[in-house]
Amino acid sequence: MSNTNTHTLKKHTLSGDIKEHTDVSTAKCYQCGKCSAGCPVVNDMDFPPSLLLRMLQVESDQIDEKVLRSLTIWLCLSCEMCIGRCPQEVDIPKAMDYLRSVSLKKNMQNPKAKHIIQFHRAFLDSINYTGKLYEMGLIADYKTRSLNLMQDVAIAPSMYAKGKLSILPEMVKDLKNVKKIFNKTIKDKEGR
Amino acid sequence: MIKLGFYPGCSLEGSSREYSESVMAIAKKFDIELVQVPDWNCCGASAAHNMSKELALSLPARIIALAEKAGFDELVVPCAACYNKITVTKHELFEDVTLKERVKDIISLDYTGNIKILNVIQMIEKYIIKDIDFKLENKFLHKVACYYGCLLVRPTKILQFDRPEDPQSMDNVMRAIGAEPIDWAFKTECCGAGLTVSRPDVVNKLSGNIVEDAISRGAEAIVVACPMCQANLDMRRPGIDKYLNKKTTIPVIYLTQAIGLATGCTEKELGLQRHFVPVNLS
Amino acid sequence: MSRIGVFICHCGENISATVDCEKVAKVSGFLPGVAFSVDYKYMCSDPGQNLIKDAIKEHKLTGVVVAACSPRMHEPTFRRATAEAGVNPFLCEMANLREHCSWVHEKGDATTNKAIDIVRSLVAKVKRNQALYPIKVPVTKTALVIGGGVAGIQAALDIANTGHKVIMVEKEPSIGGHMSQLSETFPTLDCSQCILTPRMVEVAQHQNITLFTYAEVESLEGFIGNFKVKIRKKAKSIDEKACTGCGMCTTKCPQKKIKSEWEQGLGVRPAIYVPFPQAVPNKPVIDRINCTYYKTGKCKICEKVCPTKAIRFEQEDEVIEREVGAVVVATGYDIKRTDFFPEYGYDKHKDIIDGLQFERLASASGPTKGEIRRPSDGEIPKNIVFVACAGSRDVAKGIEYCSKICCMYTAKHAMLYKHKVHDGNAYVFYMDIRAAGKGYEEFTRRAIEEDGAKYIRGRVSKIYEKNGKLIVVGADTLMGAQQVEIEADMVVLATASIANKDSKDLAHKLHVSYDAHHFISEAHPKLKPVETNTAGIFLAGACQAPKDIPESVAQASGAAVKVACLFSNDELTREPIIAVVNRLAPPAYSTCTGCFLCEKVCPYQAITREEIKNREGNVIRNLAVVNPGLCQGCGTCVALCKSKSIDLQGYSNDQVYAEVAAVLDTI
Repeated sequence: MSNTNTHTLKKHTLSGDIKEHTDVSTAKCYQCGKCSAGCPVVNDMDFPPSLLLRMLQVESDQIDEKVLRSLTIWLCLSCEMCIGRCPQEVDIPKAMDYLRSVSLKKNMQNPKAKHIIQFHRAFLDSINYTGKLYEMGLIADYKTRSLNLMQDVAIAPSMYAKGKLSILPEMVKDLKNVKKIFNKTIKDKEGR
Repeated sequence: MIKLGFYPGCSLEGSSREYSESVMAIAKKFDIELVQVPDWNCCGASAAHNMSKELALSLPARIIALAEKAGFDELVVPCAACYNKITVTKHELFEDVTLKERVKDIISLDYTGNIKILNVIQMIEKYIIKDIDFKLENKFLHKVACYYGCLLVRPTKILQFDRPEDPQSMDNVMRAIGAEPIDWAFKTECCGAGLTVSRPDVVNKLSGNIVEDAISRGAEAIVVACPMCQANLDMRRPGIDKYLNKKTTIPVIYLTQAIGLATGCTEKELGLQRHFVPVNLS
Repeated sequence: MSRIGVFICHCGENISATVDCEKVAKVSGFLPGVAFSVDYKYMCSDPGQNLIKDAIKEHKLTGVVVAACSPRMHEPTFRRATAEAGVNPFLCEMANLREHCSWVHEKGDATTNKAIDIVRSLVAKVKRNQALYPIKVPVTKTALVIGGGVAGIQAALDIANTGHKVIMVEKEPSIGGHMSQLSETFPTLDCSQCILTPRMVEVAQHQNITLFTYAEVESLEGFIGNFKVKIRKKAKSIDEKACTGCGMCTTKCPQKKIKSEWEQGLGVRPAIYVPFPQAVPNKPVIDRINCTYYKTGKCKICEKVCPTKAIRFEQEDEVIEREVGAVVVATGYDIKRTDFFPEYGYDKHKDIIDGLQFERLASASGPTKGEIRRPSDGEIPKNIVFVACAGSRDVAKGIEYCSKICCMYTAKHAMLYKHKVHDGNAYVFYMDIRAAGKGYEEFTRRAIEEDGAKYIRGRVSKIYEKNGKLIVVGADTLMGAQQVEIEADMVVLATASIANKDSKDLAHKLHVSYDAHHFISEAHPKLKPVETNTAGIFLAGACQAPKDIPESVAQASGAAVKVACLFSNDELTREPIIAVVNRLAPPAYSTCTGCFLCEKVCPYQAITREEIKNREGNVIRNLAVVNPGLCQGCGTCVALCKSKSIDLQGYSNDQVYAEVAAVLDTI
């Protein structure tokens, strides 16, 4: 497959969208690799962060899709080590947040990130329903989504014995307010 | 009696109950009244910002709005993740007025963003450290590895708390109670954070490296100020031991528990029995 | 009666493409006071100039307006032509029809009308022009060279060899600068001191050079050709005339373990010391902060053993004054130290060193006699990591520029290490290899291809210590940004080059501009690299920006030539566009009220006070007076003066108001 058209100037690019929505300029990255070197999960990623930035700089539809389908954006812990060390002050965590939302919108999530996204969804569902995190509910929801039924089964009894698990959820009184927040943001079709 | 706003967050009420217990125990000892933000909600932690920017801003904004409504000048947030999210939200809404208006509309509450947010170390530095010598009963004579994690010190420009590489604030507090904080290499390396349920293999590796470095430099305990880190380093110990291929016994305690032990609080008051790795520090 | 000549230039097509030059010439001919008006294709050409000269003679013109390009281009040309025709050159003005009109507008009536307006305003001005004559100032033919590094040395020698006197001021006890600290220089691997010390000796022995070491510039007053400099000779505690440099005192001094600045903290020196064996002058100074006698009043061993009784404990700083005509600033640079890097442990790790420290280790005369050894335990490192771009090209750390020399000296360091430790591993983490000089690319390739240095493209994110080794965590971006971890015995950071910490203070003393990083500013980055914006003060070497030795030497010679040019005349000619405070006959003397606000605001300190005395010799008035040698004609004082007692020659209030009124067509 020839890549001769990968470097031509395009009008609408993922890089441009990132700049528009987050003010992060991918052009600033000069590929020094300090972010990749310091990233705690780089060895588990499919594309190290500096390579991901290079892919964005190329501004090609094919490669942009690779970015959105990467495992990298979901494995990223938002630990902020990269921007803490980046000499050009490129806000990679912010760009990652945006890439995640685009990936969801376009339904391009990496299949290996399934569990990670299911956990986030389960977490947010719990808050949507009770306003605070109800751990039993979260785990139940996650297990239902992931069908990972046996995970952490051993730990639950000890957690309960140590008083770390509540049987019943604790609810926020003004639940309507919380639900409204969810409806106006993540549940909204236009929501970001 | 100082009265401060208090935002426990979901972990302190649930799986990290002992953190809340120890915070309340030392607050009582040092004449601080911590008043919870009425009807507080979850701050969204990592899930919200991973999935929706506006949700990630709105949930902490609601907390700030409620805290302001309750009339607090300062809000103590012991959970490092909540502290980070709330402070970053406050900063972003301050910088971007349009965004602030949008969020105010979403949460349908009055919001100014003038309240001051304190993490647990800042609360100790401001209200406790000056009386520490007076209340010290048993010097905490142990070598400790102070573990800050990522969210207490980064992003530096916004949090402006301590130095991002080799921070010293927690070390100084530990020194004040007689401990010997060691110099080690993993002070601010991520423990694996929110991947604890979905990718425990990553957590085992990252937290394992932290435990290994602390042990190899002679630490007798790891001191933390974040419930997520504590859970990863403590509750996930079986996985860590498997990764390191050996059994490790180093306990992981909260900074507030260390202070509590040094100032005469009982183990039960500090919730030490809730730990997975037994805490045997006399 | 005015007889002004107006000459409209087509400038090829530059002006005529959008302006109807014929029409402008025709209309201008009808202006009151204009005796002759013509247009021509190329006014600056020989025929064009002859046209002007002939017209002046034929029509007995009293003033000339050449409407053409910018005066920055051809004002001297046309003024010269006017002078050759026998009319004072300052009665010739240029109207800018090109940059101000034809180049910035479309073709059309509006553009032509604007050109007509411009010409009319200049005609109104020229009618009020006065004949002016260039100002002459005398020149003191002695140069001051601040800084005794390789740039200062080169400049001093070049100026001295033209026959003029030079005063060199160096703040350290010896000249030589950073070049004297290097082991070998790229790209030839010449021994640095071997090529420098003959020059240092030449400076000391040159009959035209007076050398003050352990001295600093205290203040500089005056103007080009006429500076007065105060030099503070710091107390060396030695009588230099009596001292023979035998070195007995330095061997007998009981305080032997003071960290040596010259050895970059890796070696020690006594309290009475010569910084290095080849120092020029080879006479010691006493470090009063650490010397036992100054701390406790006891010891004095050096005084006892000195065979010529040259020790002078009670000596004090001496401030001397000298007159010089030109100044060359060659104060060099400094580097960031390892404490600048939080991610590399600040300065916790003894075995993480900077480039200058490595030079000292590699030097035969250094603290380890030229063997590369770890500062922590003296062992020879088997794995050494060089980190390029440490702090440079780093917006987050506030140093966005490239320090220019590090790629080269890192390659050199890797090579020197491999030459000394054959079975050792040298790793270089780099971003780019900037090797633009002559022989530089070949040099860096040699490091990689022949000496086996392993170059890894990527920056180092973190360095920490584990089990006595330094764990270096970097990335290999050419391998897909893979993480690379190296267990190193020693790490050398190629830290950013920065301005000296006193650079800003010196710039203030000399009234020269400096940039955001405190490097001294050149007058023009392309065309005036060795001049500053202050007339008579030149610069050379790394004080202007990071640079290597060949460039510093070249710049120094360049600055020396500028000084020689200055000194080639007994007098300096300056343009008479200066401010003048009016003087009237007694009893008025002047409309100046003596408020001296002008003195305060003048950026060039060109205004002073003149005492007016009566016949008995008593001072009856103090009036402002402008020094024609210093005044740059900026007009600040003219704008400020409340009694309108100062006016600007060549741009008087009268002239300027007439120009404006003419544009508005109210004249």
